Amino acid sequence: MLNIQDLRAGIEEMEILRGIILQIRPGEVHAIMGPNGSGKSTLASVLAGRSDFEVTGGSVEFMGKNLLEMSPEDRAREGLFLAFQYPVEIPGVSTTNFIKTAVNEVRKHRGEEPLDAVAFLKLMKERMKLVQIDQSLLSRSLNEGFSGGEKKRNEIFQMAMLEPKLAILDETDSGLDIDALRIVANGVNQCRGKDNAFLIVTHYQRLLEYIEPDYVHILYKGRIVRSGTKELALELEEKGYDFIKTELETADQAQQ
Amino acid sequence: MYEENDDILQQVTTSEYKYGFVTQIESDDAPKGLSEDIVRFISGKKNEPEWLLEWRLKAYRHWLTMEEPTWPNVDYPPINYQDIIYYSAPKQKLAPNSLDEIDPELRRTFEKLGISLQEQKRLTGVAVDAVIDSVSVATTFKDELAKQGIIFCSMSEAVQEHPELIRKYIGSVVPTTDNYFTALNSAVFSDGSFCYIPAGVRCPMELSTYFRINAANTGQFERTLIVAEAGSYVSYLEGCTAPMRDENQLHAAVVEIFAGEKAEVKYSTVQNWYPGDKEGKGGIYNFVTKRGLCQGDHSKISWTQVETGSSITWKYPSVILKGDHSIGEFYSVAVTNNFQQADTGTKMIHLGSHTRSRIVSKGISAGRSNNSYRGLVQVARKADHARNFSQCDSLLLGDKCGAHTFPYIEVKNPTGIVEHEATTSKIGEDQIFYCNQRGVDTESAVALIINGFAKEVMNQLPMEFAVEAQKLLAISLEGSVG
Ligand SMILES: Nc1ncnc2c1ncn2[C@@H]1O[C@H](COP(=O)(O)OP(=O)(O)OP(=O)(O)O)[C@@H](O)[C@H]1O
Ligand SMILES: [Mg+2]
Repeated sequence: MLNIQDLRAGIEEMEILRGIILQIRPGEVHAIMGPNGSGKSTLASVLAGRSDFEVTGGSVEFMGKNLLEMSPEDRAREGLFLAFQYPVEIPGVSTTNFIKTAVNEVRKHRGEEPLDAVAFLKLMKERMKLVQIDQSLLSRSLNEGFSGGEKKRNEIFQMAMLEPKLAILDETDSGLDIDALRIVANGVNQCRGKDNAFLIVTHYQRLLEYIEPDYVHILYKGRIVRSGTKELALELEEKGYDFIKTELETADQAQQ
Repeated sequence: MYEENDDILQQVTTSEYKYGFVTQIESDDAPKGLSEDIVRFISGKKNEPEWLLEWRLKAYRHWLTMEEPTWPNVDYPPINYQDIIYYSAPKQKLAPNSLDEIDPELRRTFEKLGISLQEQKRLTGVAVDAVIDSVSVATTFKDELAKQGIIFCSMSEAVQEHPELIRKYIGSVVPTTDNYFTALNSAVFSDGSFCYIPAGVRCPMELSTYFRINAANTGQFERTLIVAEAGSYVSYLEGCTAPMRDENQLHAAVVEIFAGEKAEVKYSTVQNWYPGDKEGKGGIYNFVTKRGLCQGDHSKISWTQVETGSSITWKYPSVILKGDHSIGEFYSVAVTNNFQQADTGTKMIHLGSHTRSRIVSKGISAGRSNNSYRGLVQVARKADHARNFSQCDSLLLGDKCGAHTFPYIEVKNPTGIVEHEATTSKIGEDQIFYCNQRGVDTESAVALIINGFAKEVMNQLPMEFAVEAQKLLAISLEGSVG
């Protein structure tokens, strides 16, 4: 479903992604870990189509289409979802109304009729249970004054409403208390299916105890330097990133 | 009302000023230019009593001694007042005695604007006075309102039918000599609406006046007068549009509101005069004086305005809080795009004790436009325990536009409490990208964000017009981002 080949991207003169290779098939859950500043959010942003970043090389195919040629809204409508590391606030726009607009944009793209108020409310009620989000939160302005955890929960709620093919979660676990973490993970698990996939950016092995990944990748200085199964995450938790760094340095020296 | 957003999002994609057409109808025009003879000509056309002619002439003579104000933060070439036609009335085949006899061409014009002059087709609960160029062509639901003693008719008719009321109130809130444009208006005003709500009556429907400029080279100078006697209530709405023309046209109106004890008047404006093209050519100069007098104790006057049109807007709907415990409110959204300029705000003059006022101003600027808020809050020496709260927020789209705030505060009574808050923000790339990532395109995202920004004001509008006004906001900012 997603095929990233030698993706290079950056900002102005600075290259941040330096040749990413990654394939995701339907039904899979991939986790990406890596030290601060290694390029995890940049990868997520580039996939979602943020124009701040310039793609300088490589290709990305999504659902058989050239992702890099699509506008950000078309990527979303085609089923790519990004749960933001830092969700923005939009004052005066109710969360419910925002989500309704989004849901109907996606439906329009698929040639479906917009949901009427009743059908939308029904869907909302059902999905609210998944992440145990409160109605009162949804009637407030989008993310305005939400606590860190509430914002994250709202991202996952939107994901549940939009039913994307590929959901990229950028550090959705950061800032969640232990109960919320379990609830959010539970929500994600219920959305898992054989036709959709997840790319989960996290710093902590703990999330992966709840959401079991099929693959774990380590991103370091703009490259995926190790891929493995969930055991890799455990190893990382134990040893920290230093072992990767040392390994890479030795390899570099050997090359020279 | 925000549930309606989907429709709006769809409508947003249809751009351009959609009211720019011209109605082909013969008109009865005064010769160009301004003189005592023209003032007499207009007064004669309306068959006015002698006192009103004298009143006009006095205003005209005073105007001659005045200078056009230069303090607003707007910029335009000098207006040649001799190059304007001061009276233009569409020629109707018959003098219409009933709504059915209105010239079909005029009826179609208003229908194109979404205003039906047939009572049965009209939105339930709204009565309309339709003014085209210098005259009122129709007023709906007059008879029904009259049953409750409410007078709702054109100014010209009111002068004939209710001269005692007009004589008593005209110029009582906005004196002819108030400023350059009120003096001009008083000399040459040609029509407008008059509304009288008797004591204790709650007006059962929205009253509204729709102003249309059609003829070329003319100015529109109308007066609206609303009198709400003790304990009465009325909600009033004003809308306006004009054809697209390359030359600028002047609109200099006066609105006066009088509120007796415990009376409440809500006045809403959706101003959509032709704003000029993308290069700044053409458009209406909207130089308007609006003022309300809270004469009685516990009275309340509330102004709500959504200003999207006009190449230049210069207006400060104000309230004189004379009665004790009276309340004045001003809610405003002013949008400027391309080369539009707006200098708008309010004056709250606290004279009575325990008077309260609230100002919420939302300025949205895009393109190369300039948007200024100018507000005066005055607490007089005798106004004990007066309170004011002002909130002025500006939103910028792009970096070639300007937003300015000019608050003037004069407090002469130590018990007065005056609070002023102001913010300036930009529509963030982050906000737009967030919307994009949820499948909402940039144009719709901007519409969503600005409607959210203006929500507090939009919520003040009567339901029937809120949705229309939302669309208008979106349309007037079309193409300003991205
Ligand atoms: N808009 C930007 N302007 C300049 N530099 C940027 C920008 N965005 C990202 N960078 C830089 O690119 C690098 C990668 O950033 P990115 O946010 O992708 O890291 P990350 O792996 O998500 O880190 P974290 O774990 O802290 O979230 C960092 O050095 C960052 O400073
Ligand atoms: Mg990050």
